[in-house]
Amino acid sequence: MVIVYIEEAGELAQQALAFAHELGEPLHALAAGGAPAVAGVETIHVAEDDVFASHAPAAIAQALVELVERLAPTAVVAAGTERGNEVLAHAAARLDVPFSANCVAATAGDPMHVTRVRWGGSLLEDARLHGSPKLLTVQPHAVPAAENTGDEPETEAFAPTLSEGDRLVRVVERVAAADGGISLADAKVVVSAGRGAGSPEGFGIIEELAGLLGGAVGCSRAVTMAGWRPHTDQVGQTGTKIAPEIYIACGISGATQHMAGCKGAKALLAINTDADAPILASADYAVIGDLHEVVPAVSAELRKARGD
Amino acid sequence: MRVLVCVKRVPLTGGRMVLTENAQAIETRHLGFTISPHEECGVEEAVRIVEAHGGESVVLTLGPKEAEEQLRDAMALGMDRAIHLVTDGEEWDPQATASAIVDAIREDESANGPFDLVFFGNESADGGNYQVGIRVAYSLGRPVATGLKGVTFEGGNVRCEQEVAGGRDVYVLPRPAVVGVLEGLNLPRYPSVPAKLRAQRKPVESRTPSRPESRLEKVRLVVPEGQGKEAVILGHGPEAAPAVVEVLQQIGVA
Repeated sequence: MVIVYIEEAGELAQQALAFAHELGEPLHALAAGGAPAVAGVETIHVAEDDVFASHAPAAIAQALVELVERLAPTAVVAAGTERGNEVLAHAAARLDVPFSANCVAATAGDPMHVTRVRWGGSLLEDARLHGSPKLLTVQPHAVPAAENTGDEPETEAFAPTLSEGDRLVRVVERVAAADGGISLADAKVVVSAGRGAGSPEGFGIIEELAGLLGGAVGCSRAVTMAGWRPHTDQVGQTGTKIAPEIYIACGISGATQHMAGCKGAKALLAINTDADAPILASADYAVIGDLHEVVPAVSAELRKARGD
Repeated sequence: MRVLVCVKRVPLTGGRMVLTENAQAIETRHLGFTISPHEECGVEEAVRIVEAHGGESVVLTLGPKEAEEQLRDAMALGMDRAIHLVTDGEEWDPQATASAIVDAIREDESANGPFDLVFFGNESADGGNYQVGIRVAYSLGRPVATGLKGVTFEGGNVRCEQEVAGGRDVYVLPRPAVVGVLEGLNLPRYPSVPAKLRAQRKPVESRTPSRPESRLEKVRLVVPEGQGKEAVILGHGPEAAPAVVEVLQQIGVA
């Protein structure tokens, strides 16, 4: 048996279920607080307690540990989200077993052979995962999602035994964000620049083009480290991961740190003075030229095309 | 206030990943080194806490002897002293890393009292295992919150903030506690030349723990196949603008 921890129903849960299905054993699911709308598993075990009204990683991990002790699965799988990785790391610490985060493939066995991502996806690692059960998460958008169809699973509620310490780490407050316009993660168009913008003011032409396209402004890590733009604008391994219809990268060389953040873009247009810049190897379209000349020309052309 | 920050030496990768012949590591002959970006913010935060509240900041790493460079860098930013768990350069798996760090923390705390706060980067830039800080917290019996972009002291507690869709989620942990932080927590300072010189004289305590067997055992690294893309060159300079707009219209965003 394999247990899949479901944080919430949706695309990433379906990817985790598809990955777990490949291990060739019956699937059970664990959820905390309420049953998610997922099919394709025999039973959804729902941990019930008031603490699950908000995110409480230590308590969820304790529920998972109880389920593991009761059902003795060979593996526990979750989506490799921030919270999926967090809960499985808590469970791994409690069970004192290894945990392999952000896998793209696994072959059942002992040890289990896994392939996992490093450097935000710029490298892969083949590894042997020892211990029992095997704990692993699935790299988001690396495997196809299972269709959410099939028989309605049985739901079994249980009340895990939680200590005061288990209840301690929980969300006690949600501070709403000020409405900051289009979020980078959800934008259909992202226009970004690197240090080549020259100064904070150099982003004026980037903002103008992004505005014309109803998109968001992004930047490289060098720009945030220089204090030119806030970290919330940073695209990259340690910034925001974006997935727009088109990503327009201006004067960005294509360092692995940056590329790990824009792998999800459906199309990439690079505007760069250097025809040999690494970013061109990942680009669908390129303009060879200085962003200070090309970007205003594109904005002007867009206005012309719209008859402004 | 006593604050510990755990950091990891990693190569400064450029545009392309090149592996060593045995595929066990990145070829670093032509690369510089740094610490993971999340950890840079941990160092900055620890320095700010001690500036504001007094006390001592300590930086710890598990890594080869060359990792002393990263400890000196952190001390140039204001950390007071360093603990170096020296390895032979072989990579340690997350469980082994956590266990060696726990031993070092216990030893330091038995002489100097508990650390009010222990910082980890949420995940290392290279391994991305998302677990060392959490394992250390469990071994020490302390609460841990991760994925944080806000860490502030409130009386005997530490207020931890996570960026989530639509706002910020807040956790309040009693101290001593362990936190996993993300880049964006603050904007790290640059070291001054006098601070770099002072850092050369700050104390580094080293120990040589022995490496247990890996339970998440690296077999080899692989450079993922490129997408095999060949970019369509739309033109050179501003004359390319009409071709760009045509592409934007085709995609349906113009």
